[in-house]
Amino acid sequence: MIDRYKWYEIAGLYAGMAVFMFFVLAPFIEGFLVSLKPLAQLFSTPYSFIPRNGSFDAYINMWTSVPALGLHIFNSFFISTVVTLIVVAIVVPAAYAFARFNFAGAGLMLGGFLAVNMFSGAVLLIPLFRLMRTMGLLNTYWAMIVPGAAFLIPSSVWLLRTYMLRIPRELDEAAWVDGASRLYTLRRVILPLAMPGIVVVAIMTFIGAYAQQFIFALTFNSKTEFMPLPIGLFAFFGKQEVVWNELMAASFVGILPVMIVIVFLQRYLVAGLTAGAVKQ
Amino acid sequence: MTSTRSATLFALALLAPALIYILTIVAYPLVDTIILSFTNASLRAEYDFVGWANYQRIFGAGNFTDVIIRTFVWTFFSVSMKMVIGMFGAMLLNAAIPGQTLFRILTMPPWIVPMAIGIFMWGWMYNGQFGMISGMLQNLGLTKGPIAFLAYGDTAFWATVVTDVWIGVPMVTIYFLAAMQSIPKDLHEAAWTDGAGRFYRFRRITLPLMVPAIITMSLLSLIATFNSFDIIWILTQGGPSGSTTTMIIDTYKTAIGSRKYGEGAARAVVISIFVTLFCIVYFRAVRRLQQGEAK
Repeated sequence: MIDRYKWYEIAGLYAGMAVFMFFVLAPFIEGFLVSLKPLAQLFSTPYSFIPRNGSFDAYINMWTSVPALGLHIFNSFFISTVVTLIVVAIVVPAAYAFARFNFAGAGLMLGGFLAVNMFSGAVLLIPLFRLMRTMGLLNTYWAMIVPGAAFLIPSSVWLLRTYMLRIPRELDEAAWVDGASRLYTLRRVILPLAMPGIVVVAIMTFIGAYAQQFIFALTFNSKTEFMPLPIGLFAFFGKQEVVWNELMAASFVGILPVMIVIVFLQRYLVAGLTAGAVKQ
Repeated sequence: MTSTRSATLFALALLAPALIYILTIVAYPLVDTIILSFTNASLRAEYDFVGWANYQRIFGAGNFTDVIIRTFVWTFFSVSMKMVIGMFGAMLLNAAIPGQTLFRILTMPPWIVPMAIGIFMWGWMYNGQFGMISGMLQNLGLTKGPIAFLAYGDTAFWATVVTDVWIGVPMVTIYFLAAMQSIPKDLHEAAWTDGAGRFYRFRRITLPLMVPAIITMSLLSLIATFNSFDIIWILTQGGPSGSTTTMIIDTYKTAIGSRKYGEGAARAVVISIFVTLFCIVYFRAVRRLQQGEAK
């Protein structure tokens, strides 16, 4: 900035930042504190923000309260990983086609992809349910993977296309002049150069797949063995009461790896978010 | 560029997997929804075409009209709050103060963490007897008794809106921040040399140049909010007594809960019509903005 902040402006900025950060982080702070409190303390008045006799017991007990917890966490990662692999495999060639070739209907298809992005899985749940049933995929991992990937493909195509447009065309053309086939050019010239973009797409897809695996899992799967974490957490909702401290502990263990990803890859995330802001 | 037949064939071959996938998992279901909406399909295998009966039923009862209005009110407040708070956040994150990078990272969790988990945390915060919000209010002496936010229609409605805002804010903030940073610095410098204050510069330089970003983001946010399912489902399942039942929730309850596929499909078609209208507006806005940029 050109003009320097006066002391009261700085104070105002930090005060504003504190309010903003509190809004964004309050559920996580409170969730973490709850995970440290004994259950009896949670259900007693007056309310206290800070835990008394805080302990990590919930992080130990949760594994016995919900024996399938580890499996749920694994399932979430497994589903997201397979979704990411499928999306990347489908999106890389498609994005290249859109970035480099002019053919009839290209604009229409791109527009179609953008439109798909606007439809949520919730709207198409009935036919998807019928489709999954016909294909015999209900109560398998595929019932969550197949529709999950479909709704992440369009935004990824847009994002990667934007990235590939920035790679100079002369590189492809030079390779063709040297006699390389189109497929060879894609594999040996474009793929390495597009790798940073592909990494962004992969990260965004993984996060998207992990964040959004609720409604398909809720509707297309009823077997504990395939349940991802978001649905598996309902196991902490007992008949009498919710075991909130263990629920929060399990939530934190489940999201820890994603949090680590944020810290290390936030630059890529910001780049990806702004390049392809077509999806929440 | 090469427009020979072989080049086109190559491009189509590259596109084939994506096209086949989307046609099977998105386009075909969309067509199937429209067909189903004219049938009395249910859990049983066979069903008949019933014409407009489903549509007459959902609009005849008057119930669904209320749901549509509620959905729009819910979406309107959620999107406007996201825009205001997102702009506020972007301004703060754009200010050159120490700790900037850390604050930017700390903004992201609600967006990145699996939605359901963030919603569970809000579920606890709203807990009537022991939750944080009710607890704090009582400790401060602002309310006499506990407030069960999710147990009453009005408070439950706003509770779900606030949670939706919370989930949407990081994306809006980061996007606005990027737009803010792409504004040429010399504009501000020139205005500053002319003696323009900070607030004046925001109103006359930053804000006008942010209009495309605001339009884009509010339309995208509108579509996402309109389709929002997880938040309401986990917090209230559409209750108490329907006060948080939006179109998506109503469709889910009818189709999956009661297994009335035909009636559910008719509701899904109405939603799709709205989403299509939003898309048309969005495409037009994007095109106009791009033309504006080209000039």
